[in-house]
Amino acid sequence: MTQTNRGTVLACCLAGAWMGLCLPATVLAHLGGDAASVHNDRAALSGQLRTSSMLQYDAHEMTLPSGTVVHEYVARSGAVFAISWQGPSPPDLSQLLGAYFPRFTDAASAAAQGQHGLRRQLSSVQADFVVQSVAHLRTFRGKAYVPSLVPDGVAVEQLP
Amino acid sequence: MSLRRLRWCAVGVLVALAACGGGSDTTGSTTVSNVTSVFAAGGPNVVTMTVTSGPPASTQNVINIPYVSVTVCSSSTSCATIDHVLVDTGSSGLRLLHSALQASGITLTQQTDPANQLDTLAECLPFAGGYSWGVTASADIRIGGESASNVPVQVIDDDGSYAPAVPKSCKAYGVNETVSSLDANGLLGVSVLAQDCGIHCASLANNGRYFSCSASACAPAAAPLQNQVVNPATLFATDNNGVILQLPAIPAAGAPSATGYLVFGIGTQNNNGLGTATVLASDNNGEFVTSFNGQMLSGSFIDSGSNGLYFTDSGLPMCQGSATQFYCPATTQDLSATNQSQTGVLLPTSFSVANVQALSKSNFALDDVAGGLGSNVNLTGNYFDWGLPFFYGRTVYVAIEGMTAGGSMGPYYAY
Repeated sequence: MTQTNRGTVLACCLAGAWMGLCLPATVLAHLGGDAASVHNDRAALSGQLRTSSMLQYDAHEMTLPSGTVVHEYVARSGAVFAISWQGPSPPDLSQLLGAYFPRFTDAASAAAQGQHGLRRQLSSVQADFVVQSVAHLRTFRGKAYVPSLVPDGVAVEQLP
Repeated sequence: MSLRRLRWCAVGVLVALAACGGGSDTTGSTTVSNVTSVFAAGGPNVVTMTVTSGPPASTQNVINIPYVSVTVCSSSTSCATIDHVLVDTGSSGLRLLHSALQASGITLTQQTDPANQLDTLAECLPFAGGYSWGVTASADIRIGGESASNVPVQVIDDDGSYAPAVPKSCKAYGVNETVSSLDANGLLGVSVLAQDCGIHCASLANNGRYFSCSASACAPAAAPLQNQVVNPATLFATDNNGVILQLPAIPAAGAPSATGYLVFGIGTQNNNGLGTATVLASDNNGEFVTSFNGQMLSGSFIDSGSNGLYFTDSGLPMCQGSATQFYCPATTQDLSATNQSQTGVLLPTSFSVANVQALSKSNFALDDVAGGLGSNVNLTGNYFDWGLPFFYGRTVYVAIEGMTAGGSMGPYYAY
């Protein structure tokens, strides 16, 4: 583990300890991570970052080299409570979902056991993780969030 | 059936089509035989398309998947016919499972990376929750009486036979889609777009789809348009400006199977004119606006690869226990939405939503099936996905981008 990673995980544990959140040490950055993790995402994905501050959260908009635009939403508590993406290819979801990525693939596997053939859309609503993803031709859109981290009064469905 | 009436069906008049579709009991009794539509003037550009059970290797009973057979050749003497290829207006290009090709005794010629002839050109096709990975290949193909040579196709590596490991950035899209999840031996993507990616992948190495692969490793790579996996219809000699899908009307209770037609070309022969169909021009991404329940859904599309209609309606209860992606209203709901052409023309379109759990499990063709996003929370749902139920009792035209078809310029849908 690098020094940077250790620092990130420590920050994560400190920021998240009060809500029982401490993510695996191997995770660089992700949904549920802290504000610093956004910058790790930017570096890992070589994105261009633009940040705007709202009353209850900061919205970080990252444009990836692929042209896909990713939003990461960081609450005043310091936690990344939601991410979204839209563009000509999906972003690296293992990076952006981090510890929640296995939950995403579990949901996709579960959908494969249902009556779907092709899956243009994937939706999974769990108590502590919600994700929706849409794939059509050359357009990919999705959003994921952790309900327990969403600031009061923020309507996740209205976030870009 | 008179010749006059046959022709009437062929031009795709909806009322007439509903009247002439079906060679068996379509009155809604509980035991219904298979239903067949009648595309009047057969010809080399017409192939049978059947909604039926999946390939033997599939372990599940997926409803509402339209299949055709496609013949692929690695040379003039080495050909194989692959059945159960899913006809998909929601993607572009022919993709076949390696296991299906191998079972048919054929090995297609892999495409090399034009920028590095020592490497092969592979693709990671993203889905909503995963990907299909595999090398691209060059194949001569025949569908019905249509043929094209050197068509870039994808060989989906469902059996781990393609040596280099799946790139990390591909795995990052989710789960690997294979026959058990696709319920088909392949996809025949016949959308309104020609190539599956277009200029994005031609101009950018880090495009998220195409990779240049050595025997052991893959790196992101640009793919020139002529090497990209492409709607094969664009490479046919004459009938290359679009396709027509026609499925018969089926009873509300569904049918074990439904047989219709996939027709190549629009207005290129005497059997594939637009007739009185209304053109629904899409944007450059193949999407259009559907107004439904007071919402303007700007990312809407018509998709034979979706096995139900998919949209958000908080007034409809989701199924519980099984088939949970579908709606399960207590009684069948008759609804309508309006599709808006880029030209401003409005197409009011009605549909019904039944309780899918109450329908027979032995029926693979079901008309009144719709699903939502799993909850009333709509995070990404700025679209109405007009899946396969939309196609029953209709003749649906899919015109390819940049092509003139029946007097109008693609991309457009018409019905």
